[in-house]
Amino acid sequence: MQTHKAKRVVITIEAIMQKRLTDILEGAGVTGYSILPVLGGSGRSGAWSREGQVSRASGMVQVICIIKPERLDGLLEAVFKVVDKHIGVVTIADVEVLRAERF
Amino acid sequence: MGEILALAADNLLSPLILFFVLGLAAAFARSDLTFPEAAAKAMSIYLLFAIGFKGGASVVAHGIDGGLILSLLAGALLSALIPFIAYALLRVMTNLSTIDAAAVAGHYGSISIVTFVACSTALTGRGLDPEGYMVAVAAIMEAPAILSALWLVSRRAGGSGMDGDLLREILLNGSIVLLIGSFLIGGITGDEGLEKIASFIVAPFQGVLCLFLLDMGLVAGRGLRESGKYLNRGVFIFGMIMPLVGAILGLVIGLLLGLSVGGVALFMTLCASASYIAVPAAMRVALPEANPSIYLTLSLGITFPFNLTIGIPTYIAVASIFAGG
Repeated sequence: MQTHKAKRVVITIEAIMQKRLTDILEGAGVTGYSILPVLGGSGRSGAWSREGQVSRASGMVQVICIIKPERLDGLLEAVFKVVDKHIGVVTIADVEVLRAERF
Repeated sequence: MGEILALAADNLLSPLILFFVLGLAAAFARSDLTFPEAAAKAMSIYLLFAIGFKGGASVVAHGIDGGLILSLLAGALLSALIPFIAYALLRVMTNLSTIDAAAVAGHYGSISIVTFVACSTALTGRGLDPEGYMVAVAAIMEAPAILSALWLVSRRAGGSGMDGDLLREILLNGSIVLLIGSFLIGGITGDEGLEKIASFIVAPFQGVLCLFLLDMGLVAGRGLRESGKYLNRGVFIFGMIMPLVGAILGLVIGLLLGLSVGGVALFMTLCASASYIAVPAAMRVALPEANPSIYLTLSLGITFPFNLTIGIPTYIAVASIFAGG
């Protein structure tokens, strides 16, 4: 079956910044993305868990989008405005998709 | 002094405090006891809804007087002022950076709604019902402190500042909307409305609060265990001195406002408590450089347990002495 090259961008960011990030993504023309809750993990500040959180300040989410390779630089520049000072991990992977017109 | 000790002993053996202590102990013992995020959120929604509704109904039952407006103004003013005192104390007592000190200061100008609820419950149990409108005072005291903290940073270190989204999040955060909304609905429907849902918001209230405090104990204990290393002695002592400074301010203003014994004690508690819900969220957006381990551990791990165990009985006893005569 015919496949097409694309980029999968995964942004793990504080939940409190979620809307700001998705606004930026939409502003950069990315209308398709998925948001997943991050249950817990460990980083430079030690281990944390979503359970027992009393504030939105402490949770993390993962925003995933798949885009055409030529749109990657513009997207990353926009995303950097949000993750610059905030906790956040941005990863980019080469993927293949079936229906290129969707991305 | 005897009265304060008797009240403290009585308070320490209440189910609310014992469940909180159970949570703390379980966290320190590394138990796997946890509350799912959704359950903790549902309990906090229930508590805000119940306390807001009962406050609104109480205002209508007792009538609205000039004390309401003056108390709201005083609450907003104190919330804006206390961060400056906290900031000055932190700069003298600790080696925190400007940004960390301002972020911590913002937490102490704002309030802890759970401490408010615990104090209200203790007062009602002693027949010292506070003015119903204190719920509105609690709500109005959430936000001004955040603006003061951001002003402190923008003046001294050039922080990220305030944008429209942040302002909206501060003023329309879920807990304020629910608290004020329930308060208004309680005010509109009055005692008749309260009677209709009393079996849901009056009888189970203390039980839900016990469970919520168990969860708060777990969260506070885990925070202390994992982030306590960020608190040096000066910061630790600040976490117990600052509530007393706030309480004294609350006492003076509460007496000037002519509040009842319960009202004065509750006002002291509001001024003494520190936020761990609204302000941390605002600080993560506006001051991402500030270390959340410091301000969250301080407000939730030190000041919250201090107020719950030692503070509230002390404030009630002091208010009884000064406002009871």
